Amino acid sequence: MNVKVLGSGCANCQRLAANVQLALEHAGMTAEVEKVEDIAAIMGYGVTATPALVVDERVLVSGRVPSPTQIEALLRGV
Amino acid sequence: MQATAAGAQRSDARAWALVAAASVAWIALYRTILPLWDWLVYGVVGLDPATRLGGAVHFFFYDVSKILLLLTGIVFVVTVLRSFLSVERTRALLGGRRAGLGTVLGAVFGVATPFCSCSAVPAFIGFVAAGVPLSATMAFLIASPLVDVVAVTLLVGLFGWQTAAMYVGAGLIVAIVAGTVLGRLRLERFVEGFVFETRVRGGVDPALGLTWSDRFALGRDEVEGIVRRIWPFLLVGIGLGAAIHGWLPEDLFARVAGPDNPFAVPLAVLLGVPLYTNVVGVVPLVAALQAKGLAMGTLLAFMMSVVALSLPEMVLLRRVLKPQLIGIFVAIVAAGIVGVGILFNALL
Repeated sequence: MNVKVLGSGCANCQRLAANVQLALEHAGMTAEVEKVEDIAAIMGYGVTATPALVVDERVLVSGRVPSPTQIEALLRGV
Repeated sequence: MQATAAGAQRSDARAWALVAAASVAWIALYRTILPLWDWLVYGVVGLDPATRLGGAVHFFFYDVSKILLLLTGIVFVVTVLRSFLSVERTRALLGGRRAGLGTVLGAVFGVATPFCSCSAVPAFIGFVAAGVPLSATMAFLIASPLVDVVAVTLLVGLFGWQTAAMYVGAGLIVAIVAGTVLGRLRLERFVEGFVFETRVRGGVDPALGLTWSDRFALGRDEVEGIVRRIWPFLLVGIGLGAAIHGWLPEDLFARVAGPDNPFAVPLAVLLGVPLYTNVVGVVPLVAALQAKGLAMGTLLAFMMSVVALSLPEMVLLRRVLKPQLIGIFVAIVAAGIVGVGILFNALL
């Protein structure tokens, strides 16, 4: 599984990255988590509101920071 | 699939019940805080309401609790309502519009759309790529931080509904006028070239598929985040406000910075632009200064210049706008704020 956190490094993006880490640990899953800060790359996903969560190239969340529990549910759904 | 739909319905019903109970508790609490602090400060502690100390202590505790309650209620309701909108939806709505109506809508949706200035850059590119006029894009980006829900809530708490409504109206006017002027100046050449070449893929709508319990959870998270972030500013701001309220002479500013001084508004804006601080600390100060004779238009202009133009946002926008355009942007928004301030001083 490939997980990307899109965002320009603002506070919300860091919160999202931290929540993803927590969700992965809690679920006992391993995945490479990549931070994407390049604007053109972010726009390439059609995301206009950061932070966004991309799993296996699919945008699952944009413009808000879901809780670790919500992220875990999303990750299990993939 | 049906099982999950029924499950979602059950959790929605539970969420509504919880919100209803919380609303009743909120109203009850809102009605008790004044008698509660009257009793505690004047009765239990025994301070005299007629003394400066008594008045200031009561002012501090009553205002802090009133504003925290108002923030909780208003931020929750606004976040839940805003969850029906998203930057994606706004962009689709504004795309291909003519500049005139588009600019007005841009300002209105700048207020209504859930938006963090940290995503100003992708939003800017997305708007331009979707064919939103530059004037509407600018109006959106100006209105969004200017008519901030926390700022407006504080105005409601410290000045009342009329002043808060006036502030919202003034913010919209500044955004529409500044957006229109920026659009007229043909400034597209000062936008970094790659913006126009960026292709935006279909995209996702984060407002889609949310249940009521999701929306309430968003509201609760937002309230929690805001209260955690602002409480130190609130305590300092209201503390200073209480001190000014009690100890500064009544007519301190009436002579030097009253409504008759034509330089008061530009000076206030010049002070406010570089001042990047939390609006929560500023509004209580503004309230206290108003009681000491500073003109309302001057104070609103000061407040607007503090919230509308922030250095971190300018640094972010530098990635898509050339320095010239940022300079023009700051100058025009500042001029708009000065205009509104002078107008209010003349009207009030």
